Amino acid sequence: MTAAVVTGLGVAAPNGLGKDKFWAATLRGESGIRTVRRFDVSRYPSRLAGEIGDFEPTDYLAGRLIPQTDRMTQIALAASDWALVDAGVEPGTYDTTEMGVATSGASGGLEYGQRELDNLWGAGPEHVSVYMSFAWFYAVNSGQISIRHGMRGPAGVMVSDQAGGLDVLAQARRNIRKGTSLILSGGVDSSFCPYGWVSRMSSGTLSTSGDADRAYLPFDARAQGHVPGEGGAILVVEDAEAARSRGARPYGEVAGYGATFDAAARHGGGKGLRRAVEAALADAGADAADIGVVFADGSGTPDDDRLEAETIAAVFGPGAVPVTVPKTMTGRMNSGGAPADLACALLALREGIIPPTINVRTIAPGCDIDLVIDEPRPWSPGAALVMARGQGGFNSAIVLRAIPQDTTQEKES
Amino acid sequence: MRQMTLRDLQDIMRECAGEDESAQSIEEAPDESFADLGYDSLALLETQSRVKREYGVEFSEDDLADITTPREFVEFFNSLLLAA
Repeated sequence: MTAAVVTGLGVAAPNGLGKDKFWAATLRGESGIRTVRRFDVSRYPSRLAGEIGDFEPTDYLAGRLIPQTDRMTQIALAASDWALVDAGVEPGTYDTTEMGVATSGASGGLEYGQRELDNLWGAGPEHVSVYMSFAWFYAVNSGQISIRHGMRGPAGVMVSDQAGGLDVLAQARRNIRKGTSLILSGGVDSSFCPYGWVSRMSSGTLSTSGDADRAYLPFDARAQGHVPGEGGAILVVEDAEAARSRGARPYGEVAGYGATFDAAARHGGGKGLRRAVEAALADAGADAADIGVVFADGSGTPDDDRLEAETIAAVFGPGAVPVTVPKTMTGRMNSGGAPADLACALLALREGIIPPTINVRTIAPGCDIDLVIDEPRPWSPGAALVMARGQGGFNSAIVLRAIPQDTTQEKES
Repeated sequence: MRQMTLRDLQDIMRECAGEDESAQSIEEAPDESFADLGYDSLALLETQSRVKREYGVEFSEDDLADITTPREFVEFFNSLLLAA
């Protein structure tokens, strides 16, 4: 069957704007978590977040785009540019109908939406921007990306909270198998506004710690919730043959995918995560022993952490595979979180180094995993597993596989 | 009531549809079509809504059906102002 490979990465994260800055900061264990500055957060119980501090939309986008885009779309558009540059894809590399888009969305453009709803109820319907008609859609990032780069192939959005960031990579692979040459995938979320903030608070899993080094501690005995983040990553996914024939150097192959859905806890939910991991391994034709690193969901909530650690221990053996949560440096970026993890995993495959989890000190009882803490760890890249869970019962897992160097060189020469 | 100038229209359109550094301005090219100046139908809709609010004059989308350039827009709108 047609293989799908990732050839370009565009990352926008609280600890680094652009793939190179993000990766360097991540390997150094540098956190982007701090008190929210984008709106007055002083009267909310949770005040910390992974916030992107240095993104000025006019540096990247034409003036015409600013009034019609939410911050998450502005960041996504910049990241899509970076991803295409990284992949070496230019206008004309492919026909417009050979390229499509599949991004994840978790909340839509809530900052934009809140402003226009304020206008509606505060000033009247004639004061609502006409661009509200699409600017706060879940699908708006896919739409704006497809317009910007003239991608007229299949386009869509997946909405499954944090898990959606993996689901869209599978969607990209699906469309490549159906004949599209390139899909821009991944996702970016923001919603750092009062409306977005209380939406996140409704999960009941936001950390209320005021200490940036103690607020988000997945698998730690002191875990007490998570810190929100904004940002994410856009990935260029290509048909392996097409990428090879144009001389691209892929980061890795999208080798396996599994997704399951859990019922609520009161109906006996919480069993699907292991099935998702096993399905992804089976889809990749991989054994547990083939996986050299696990990028965990790392919810930061004790029960969820234990369930995930038990799943990893059950599939791979207790402490048998290195596990990491670089999201400890960025916070959980909703639908952008898993794409940033995918970027980390792909960079880990290319560079043979596993980025660390920061701030965790004492692994919680019952979490029998080998967590990579504070310092990056070298490994021999073979395959990586990325896990993500979304609020409401979503579980997804992706297996990424290194591409043997000799195959690439052979075709290039 | 004060008449609308091309500069007024330009200011309004910049505010509601953003600036396009690469396109000609309305004052520079009042007889180019809105489409050639880089404004799509949504930008015109937004402009129409803003103009109605600022000048307090009612008109419908259908009234604008034959209007394709900034000069036509300003002339049409000023004729409404005189009639009001």
